[in-house]
Amino acid sequence: MPLALLKAGFRSRAKAPPRELPATPDLRKSYDVVIIGAGGHGLATAHALATTWGVRRIAVLDKGYLGGGNTARNTAIVRANYLTPEGVTFYKESMSLFETLSQELDFNIMYTRKPHLTLAHTDASVRTMRWRAEVNKHLGVASELIDEAKVAAIEPCLNMSRDVRYPILGALHHPVGGTARHDAVAWGYAIRGAQAGVEIHQLTEVTGLRVEGTRVRAVETTRGTIEAGQVVQAVAGASSLMARHAGLRLALRTVPLQACVSQPLKPVINSIIVSGSLHCYIWQSQRGELVMGGAVDPYPLWSTRSTLDFKEGLMAHMLELFPFLAEVRMMRQWAGMADMTPDFAPIMGKTPLDNYYIDAGWGTWGFKATPVCGKRMAECVATDTQPDILKPFRHDRFTHFDQVGEAGAASVGS
Amino acid sequence: MSAARLPAPFGRLVDRERSVTFSFEGRRITGLAGDTIASALAANGQWMLSRSFKYHRPRGLVSAAGLEANALVQVGHEPNVAADRRAITPDLDVRAVNTFGGLDHDLGRAIGLLSRFMPVGFYYRTFYTPRAAWKVWEPVIRRLAGLGTISPKAPHGYFDKAYLFADVAVIGGGPAGLAAALAAAEAGAEVLLVEDGPVLGGSATFARPEPNGVAAVEALAARVQAHPRVTVLTEAVCQGLFADHWLSVTQGNRLNKVRARSVVVATGAHESPAVFRGNDLPGIMLGSAAQRLMRLWAVRPGREAVVLAGNDDAYEVALDLAEAGVRVVAVADLRADPGSDPRVGAVRARGIAVHAGTTVAEALGQDNHVAAVRLAPVTGPGTFGAVGEPVACDLVAMSVGYVPATALLTQGGARIVPDDATFMPRVEDLPAGLFAAGSVGGVWTAERVVEDGTRAGRAAAAHAGHACPVPGPVAPDGEGRTWPIPVFPHPKGKEFIDFDEDLQVHDIIDAAAMGWDHIQLLKRFSTAGMGPTQGKLTNALVQGLLGRVTRQVAPRVGTVTIRPPITGEKLGHLAGRGFEPRRLTALHHRHEALGATMMVAGTWMRPAHYGPDLASAVEAEVAAVRQAVGMIDVSTLGKLEIRGPDAARFLERIYTWKYETLAVGRVRYVLMLDETGGIIDDGVAARVHAEHFYVTATTGGVDRVYRLMQFFNAQWRMKVDIANVTAAYAGINVLGPASRAVVQAVGTTVDLAPDAFPYLGVREGEVGGVPARLMRIGFGGELGYEIHVPASQAGALWDALIKAGAGHGLRPVGVEAQRVLRLEKGHVIVGQDTDSLTHPLEASLGWAVGRKKTDFVGKPALDILEARPQSRRLVGFALDPAAAVIPKENHLVIRDGRIAGRVTSITRSSTLGKVIGLAYVEPDQAGEGTVFTVRADGGTLVSATVVPTPFYDPDNARQEM
Repeated sequence: MPLALLKAGFRSRAKAPPRELPATPDLRKSYDVVIIGAGGHGLATAHALATTWGVRRIAVLDKGYLGGGNTARNTAIVRANYLTPEGVTFYKESMSLFETLSQELDFNIMYTRKPHLTLAHTDASVRTMRWRAEVNKHLGVASELIDEAKVAAIEPCLNMSRDVRYPILGALHHPVGGTARHDAVAWGYAIRGAQAGVEIHQLTEVTGLRVEGTRVRAVETTRGTIEAGQVVQAVAGASSLMARHAGLRLALRTVPLQACVSQPLKPVINSIIVSGSLHCYIWQSQRGELVMGGAVDPYPLWSTRSTLDFKEGLMAHMLELFPFLAEVRMMRQWAGMADMTPDFAPIMGKTPLDNYYIDAGWGTWGFKATPVCGKRMAECVATDTQPDILKPFRHDRFTHFDQVGEAGAASVGS
Repeated sequence: MSAARLPAPFGRLVDRERSVTFSFEGRRITGLAGDTIASALAANGQWMLSRSFKYHRPRGLVSAAGLEANALVQVGHEPNVAADRRAITPDLDVRAVNTFGGLDHDLGRAIGLLSRFMPVGFYYRTFYTPRAAWKVWEPVIRRLAGLGTISPKAPHGYFDKAYLFADVAVIGGGPAGLAAALAAAEAGAEVLLVEDGPVLGGSATFARPEPNGVAAVEALAARVQAHPRVTVLTEAVCQGLFADHWLSVTQGNRLNKVRARSVVVATGAHESPAVFRGNDLPGIMLGSAAQRLMRLWAVRPGREAVVLAGNDDAYEVALDLAEAGVRVVAVADLRADPGSDPRVGAVRARGIAVHAGTTVAEALGQDNHVAAVRLAPVTGPGTFGAVGEPVACDLVAMSVGYVPATALLTQGGARIVPDDATFMPRVEDLPAGLFAAGSVGGVWTAERVVEDGTRAGRAAAAHAGHACPVPGPVAPDGEGRTWPIPVFPHPKGKEFIDFDEDLQVHDIIDAAAMGWDHIQLLKRFSTAGMGPTQGKLTNALVQGLLGRVTRQVAPRVGTVTIRPPITGEKLGHLAGRGFEPRRLTALHHRHEALGATMMVAGTWMRPAHYGPDLASAVEAEVAAVRQAVGMIDVSTLGKLEIRGPDAARFLERIYTWKYETLAVGRVRYVLMLDETGGIIDDGVAARVHAEHFYVTATTGGVDRVYRLMQFFNAQWRMKVDIANVTAAYAGINVLGPASRAVVQAVGTTVDLAPDAFPYLGVREGEVGGVPARLMRIGFGGELGYEIHVPASQAGALWDALIKAGAGHGLRPVGVEAQRVLRLEKGHVIVGQDTDSLTHPLEASLGWAVGRKKTDFVGKPALDILEARPQSRRLVGFALDPAAAVIPKENHLVIRDGRIAGRVTSITRSSTLGKVIGLAYVEPDQAGEGTVFTVRADGGTLVSATVVPTPFYDPDNARQEM
C-alpha cells in the first residue's frame, strides 16, 4: 500500500487534516503581478511565475471558486495531433509537461495515456487525417493514418459495418493522446503555487481596469482596488468582456459548448474516439462514466444553459458508432462558454498595453494547453517578451492576416 | 425477516391474484403483478439489493422511490435500473451490480476493510510515484469503479420520439398537480399531466390517510382523468425543463418533447435520511419508504421498528407500522419536546415509548441487515451524549425532514434560497410562465395543497391566454417539518452522507478542512452528489454539514446546480430512430442497376465508379470521355436561382468576378470568399435572363452559400430573390468528343451548332422531350453539355441518352474518373486543393477576381493579402517517372528539412502516361521546371517537377469545339 495512504489511515480522526487549498486572504494594496482568473491557465501561470521566475507578490483573482469555469467544464482530453506546425509544436510541449505533472505538483492529476482515434468517414476526411499525421510525424508527434482493420483492433466495440450512413474508412491514430483529471490540474497548481507564495482570491470579481496611457495602473474588484505591476487575463468564456475593460477588442465569438456523462459502467470503451464528420467524441472515465461531447452550439450566447437538442443530435451520431449504448442512461449534462477565434487557435501574450498580457481564445481546446500556457505565459510576463512558441498566437494576427489555420483539427471540442 | 404480505387495503398497486416469477442473482423469486423488483424481493425477505460503490457494504432501499444508487441493479443487458421503480415482468434476469462473485459473497468486501486507508480524495495523493505506478493502478481503479455492465453485443430496442403541445404542462400527479391540472383545464387550457409513478395521487397513495383524504384525492384524480382537455402520462419522467418551456419527458421507449405555454411544477418533496453510524444498513429507510412498501405493495417493512422522528409526520409512520402489525419498539424524537400533536398522543396511547431529545447514535448490523440501534440524547447540533444499550430492531424508519424537489424549477430559472424558518429551500422568484404548486413551493397541509394547486393551475392557464380569476398566493406552512441537518458524526465513523458515492461524514469534514470548502469544490473533490442519482437524497445534508463545519452562511458555501436529466434518458431515447439524411439523386437506382460502387459525398450518395474494380473502371471511364463520350450525374451540385432587378449586382457583391457585363445566354465561373479573403466555394453563374441567373455551388458548400447569400442580403436589402433549388433539378453532364452527336440524337430544340451555342453558353429548350437548361461547360476539358432538368424527368432523359449514345461508345462515368479528368485540366477543387486560409492568388485563381470592382465579400482582406509577400503557391507538377513510391494527397513538400508545402491532388493519368498533381510550394519554387521534394509513405523522398497547367490540352481547344 502506498505510503501516503498508510499515513492518512493512521492519522487520528479527531485531528483535522492540514489545509492544502489556501483560504482567500485579505486583499493587499498592490501586487507585482495580478492574474485575473483562477482557472487552470491562471493558476499555472501564477505557479510558474512564483516557482520558475521567483516573482513574489502574485495575486490570482476569481469571481467564483477556483477552477470553476471551463477548467471545471471541459472533458479532460489532452492531445497534440493538431494540423498546423505552430499548433503541433505548442501542444507537443504541453503534452510533455503533462507526462510529469503529477510528480512536479506532487498531486496525482491522473494523466492517463489512451489511444486517441479521430475517425474518417469520407475520402475527404481521410485526406485531412493524412495531412495531420504527416505534419505530426514531421514534428515528432506520434500520429498515423490507420485503416479499418487497425481501428477495429484498437477499439473492438466500434460499429465497423459498411452498411451505415457514414462508414468508418480509417482513422488518425494518436497513441500518445490521453486524459487528465481536469479539476486536479487546477488544484495541484493552486496548492503548489500557494506554497510558493501565490495568493488566491476566490469570490473576488474584477469590475474594471484603470488604464492610464499605455499602462494598466490598477485593478478594481468587488473587494477593493489594487495596484498592479503587471496584469494577466486568463478568463476563458469572458475574454472579450475583460479585454474591453482594458480597451482591447479581441477577434472572438463566444458560443456555448456542451458535454454530458452517462451513469457509471464497468469498463467497455478503452480509447478516445472522435468523429469530426459526426460531430461527436467519447471516452470512458476512471469512474466508469462515458464522457461525451460534440461541436459548439451553432449560435453565440453568454450562457451555460444546456439544451435537449444537443443531446439528441449527439446521441443520434453516437449510436451510429456504438449502437449497443442505447440502453445506457444519461447522468448529467452541462455547458461552458467557448471563445472561438476565426482560425481556431488561441490568442496569447503581449498586448498594445505595456503591462497587460492576454491568454484567451481557448475555444474548445484550452484544457490540454494548461501546462504550456502556465510555463510560457509566465515567461512572457517575467521577461516582457513574446516567447517564440507563442509568436504565432499574438493577438494582432487577425488585423495582419497571419492566421494559424487550425480549423481542420480543432472543430470538434475534444 | 420474511415478510408475509399485508392484507388489503395495503398493497393498492399489487394484484394478489397474479404472481410473477423472475430471477435475482440466479434465484427464482415470485412476486405479484404490480410489484417493483425491490418490493418483490422485500416480500421474499431479500432486503440487500447491492454492494456499495467503494467499500462493498450491503445496501438496501432507502427511499423506495429511486432516489439512491443502492437500488440500482442490472436487468439483462440493461445496466443501472432502479429496482424500486421498475415493475417486475416474467423472467426478468436481475443481478446485483458492482460485485465480485455475487451479492452474498462479494469479494469486494475486502476493500471495505481498508476503508481507513482511503481518505477523501485519496487517489490524488498516491499512485503517481514512480511514474509507472499510475499505469498499474489506473486499470485497477477502472475495474473497481462503475456499476452496471453494458455488452457490445447488447441488443438495442426500438426508440421513438413524439412532439406534444400543451397550454399548461403539469409535472407531478399528486394532489397539488391534480388540482392544478383540473383548474387549468376548467379555465379552458389544454393540459398535459406528467406523473412518474404508475398511478395518480402522489403522497396520498402511500401516506397515512386523513379522514376522507383518500376518497377526496381519488375523486380529484377521476375528474382529471375524465376531463377532455387533460392528457395524463403515467410512468413518465420529466427529465429536464429547457429554455422556452421545452420539456423532455420519457415514457417507456419514447421521448416526448413537449412545448408548453406554462409549466406547473408540482414535484413535491422527499424525505431526508438521518446520518449516523451504520445508517446504510439494509432495513434502515425513510418513513415514507416504509409507508410505500406497505400501502403500495403490501410489504411489511419489518417486525420490530425504531422510528427516528424529527417532525410529527414520523408519528404517522409509527401508527401505520403498528397497525400493520409491526412492533414499534421506540420512537426516538430529535426534538427536545415532541409537542402535543394528537398523533404524538396516539402513539403514546399505544404504549410505544417516545424518547424526546434522542437520536440514533449507531445502528448495528447482523447478516447484512440492521439488528439493533443504540440511542443517545441529542446534546447540540450534530452531537449526542451517553450512548445507550442496543435496542433490537429490524427496521429503522427515519422521518426527520424534507427536501423539496426543486430541480426542474431551478432548470426553469427559478431562484431558490435557503429558509432559516423551515430549514428547507424556498422558492424566492419564478420566471413568467413557471409555477410551483404544493410542497415543492412550501405549501404542505392537504386542503391548502389543493388550494395552492388550483391557484397555480389558474395562473398557468391565465398565462397561457385563458383568462380566469387567479386567487392570491397560499401562505407557506413548512415550519416544523424539517429538523436542521440531522447529521451525527460518530467517533468511529461509518455514518454515510452520500450512499451513491460511499461518503462518510468525516470525508466531508476533512475535505472542507483541507480547503475544498466551497460546495462546488467540495463536490468535485469528495465526489458528493456526483453519483448516479446526482445526490437527490443527500445534497442538502452535505450542504448543511459544510455550512456547519465552516460556519459559513449558505451564499458563501454556494449551491449546487442540479443539471438535467432527472433520472436519466437512455441514449436510445435521445437518438430516437436513425434519421440521418441520406440524399439520393433522381438517378440513384439507375447507377445501382449499372453496378456502380457508391460513395458518400456530403449528405449525398454518388457513384464512385461503375463496376467493382476501381482502377480498370476509372481507366475505361476516362478513356470514354477523352475518345468518345461519357455521362456524369452531377445532380448533387448546388443549384440556386437568383432573380430580380438587382440579380447581377448581387452576384457582383457575393462573388469575386464581373456579372453585370455578362451577356444573357453566357456562363461565367464564380468564386466566393469569406471576409478574411479565404476561398469558400466556387461554381458557375448562367445568365438566362437580364434579371435571372442560374448559379451552381459545390455539393458540400451549397447550404453555406445559400445561408450566406440570405445573410448578406438581409443587410444589403437588394431587390433579389434567392432560391435553393438543388433538389428540384437533376444534372447530367454529357462530355466527350461525341457529346454533340449524342445530344443531337436524343433530339433537342436547341441549336447545337458551335456558332449558335458556343463554349460557356447557356440555352433553354427541350432535350429528349424534357424541358432543360443546357450549359456548355464541364470540368473535364472536352466538348460537353451540362443538362439540367426537373429531377422528376431526369430518369427519362438518362435512359434516352443511354439509348442514343449506344452507337457512340457512351459510358456512365463516376466521381473517381471525374477527378482524374478535372486534374488533367488542372482545375482546383475547393476544400481539397484549398484550405481555410487559401486566397485566390495562392490558388492561381487571380484571373477570377474582378480587379476594377469596388466591393465584394472578402475584397478588403484580399487587397491586404495581395499586397503582402506570398508565402505559398499552388502549382501543377509531374512526378519523376523514376519515383520509387507514388505520394498520396497531403504528403508534405519538404525543403531543407522543413515543411514547405503539401500535395493536394495527385493521380496517374493514363491519358498523359504520367503521374500529375497539384501541390503547394514556396513561391520561389513555383517556377516552371523547378524540382521539389515530396515525402511519401514510409518517409521515402521523391522528386517532382513544376509544370504548367492544364496538363491536358493546354490550349483548351477540345472543350471549345
